[in-house]
Amino acid sequence: MSNLPKGKFWGYRRSDGKVGVRNHVLILPTITCAAQAAKQITELVDGTVSFIHQHGCTQVGVDYEQTFRTYVGIGANPNVYGVVVLGLGCETHQARSVADELAKTGKPVEVVSIQDHGGTLMAVAQGAKIATQMVQDASAQMRELCDFSELMIGTECGGSDACSGLSANPAVGVVSDRIVEYGGTAILAETTELIGAEHLLADRAVNEKVKKRVYEVIEAMESRAIMMGIDIRTGNPTPGNIRGGLSSLEEKSLGAATKAGASPLQELIDYAEAPSKKGLVWMDTPGQDIEQMTGMVAGGAQIVLFTTGRGTPTGSPIAPVIKISTNSALFESMADNMDLDAGTIIEGKETIEGVGQRILDEIGIVASGKRTKSEILKQHDFGIWRIGPTF
Amino acid sequence: MSYKTVMMRPQDTVATALEQIPAGVKLTVQCQDHTFDVELKDEIQFGHKFAVTPIKQGEDILKYGEVIGVSTGEIAVGEHVHVHNLEGKRGRGDRVVKST
Repeated sequence: MSNLPKGKFWGYRRSDGKVGVRNHVLILPTITCAAQAAKQITELVDGTVSFIHQHGCTQVGVDYEQTFRTYVGIGANPNVYGVVVLGLGCETHQARSVADELAKTGKPVEVVSIQDHGGTLMAVAQGAKIATQMVQDASAQMRELCDFSELMIGTECGGSDACSGLSANPAVGVVSDRIVEYGGTAILAETTELIGAEHLLADRAVNEKVKKRVYEVIEAMESRAIMMGIDIRTGNPTPGNIRGGLSSLEEKSLGAATKAGASPLQELIDYAEAPSKKGLVWMDTPGQDIEQMTGMVAGGAQIVLFTTGRGTPTGSPIAPVIKISTNSALFESMADNMDLDAGTIIEGKETIEGVGQRILDEIGIVASGKRTKSEILKQHDFGIWRIGPTF
Repeated sequence: MSYKTVMMRPQDTVATALEQIPAGVKLTVQCQDHTFDVELKDEIQFGHKFAVTPIKQGEDILKYGEVIGVSTGEIAVGEHVHVHNLEGKRGRGDRVVKST
């Protein structure tokens, strides 16, 4: 793959025109009660992925909609070849409704319900049978040469330290700008961790409407802390962030915002929503790594760039996560989890631009099939941002 | 012996240690055309900050050329700047409750 043409990768073209970098068959449990059965199917059938979660029933209003949008977005992600939607039967989030939305993408979608199929064992058998055929069909599909303009990259920093804002995050900022120049999309997220840096992003908004939304989502997030009567620092920066030298949320935010490079901010979208524009896009998510990553992948991100200073194993069942260490000591101490090292910037051995180019090259190779550490270690994390009460 | 530090913007009031530095070390911190001579009052861990100018109680503390919080006491040049003497100003629901 060293001779991969610049700005190109080998991807899987889908019937809706989008391009995947992986070819998963997804067993999608629309309700927590079906999550164990979904996991059992993945143990039986190679080539399938799934995830454990706690959602799908007795949710109402905007919370119902947000969870529904996440399920559909995850299934619609271009890295997914086909989906077996696995329900229980009596839950609020009906498997059939999710499947009907997914069918609009043109990808293979089937529904299995535990109550309708006579219990767990029968449902697992039926799901496994369908999934086996889907995996065989998926494996017959060839990769084709695709352009970086078809990439949507999610950017994330987790387990941050004081080097995050000096090395790995600005290097990811370079990548974000390059992806945008190629005509692709870069998602900035983690609204909590932009509190204190919002004015810098608002100045880059393409119009007044986007600018206004920047201040609205920041105010909504900050007011949650104020409503609870707490100092946000009791939860963020985390104890590890503080040990790493970060003193306040503002300091963390100013470092986090460097991930967004210098491109104009095209739009601000809801959690798990698919961007309607290319370029730099801000998705309103919490700072919690797994919830925000799930939101970006549900929005369509095929690859996630994840910078870390303290070290984290986080990965996605759907998207390869490229883990970038902010300092070289971490790269060595957690070699099993790290893909690239940006600590060379701190050491004075490489420039921010140089590391950005190295990450960009890795994106092309990973998009073409090279597996990341979190994929190899089956780090299939998944978490939906729950915004309403359970009834 | 020289130690690695970084200061992001000339208007900043703190710099960051890029390795562990013992107390008492004399450093010269440069940012663009500004130079600061600092004698460390505390040991500074990798990734942690120290003051490059005196900071008064209640004064904004600057890094990246932006406000990262406010000082809760007098901070001398070379002192460790962290959660013991720097308070964030954002997301402070605790303050709202106290004032009502």
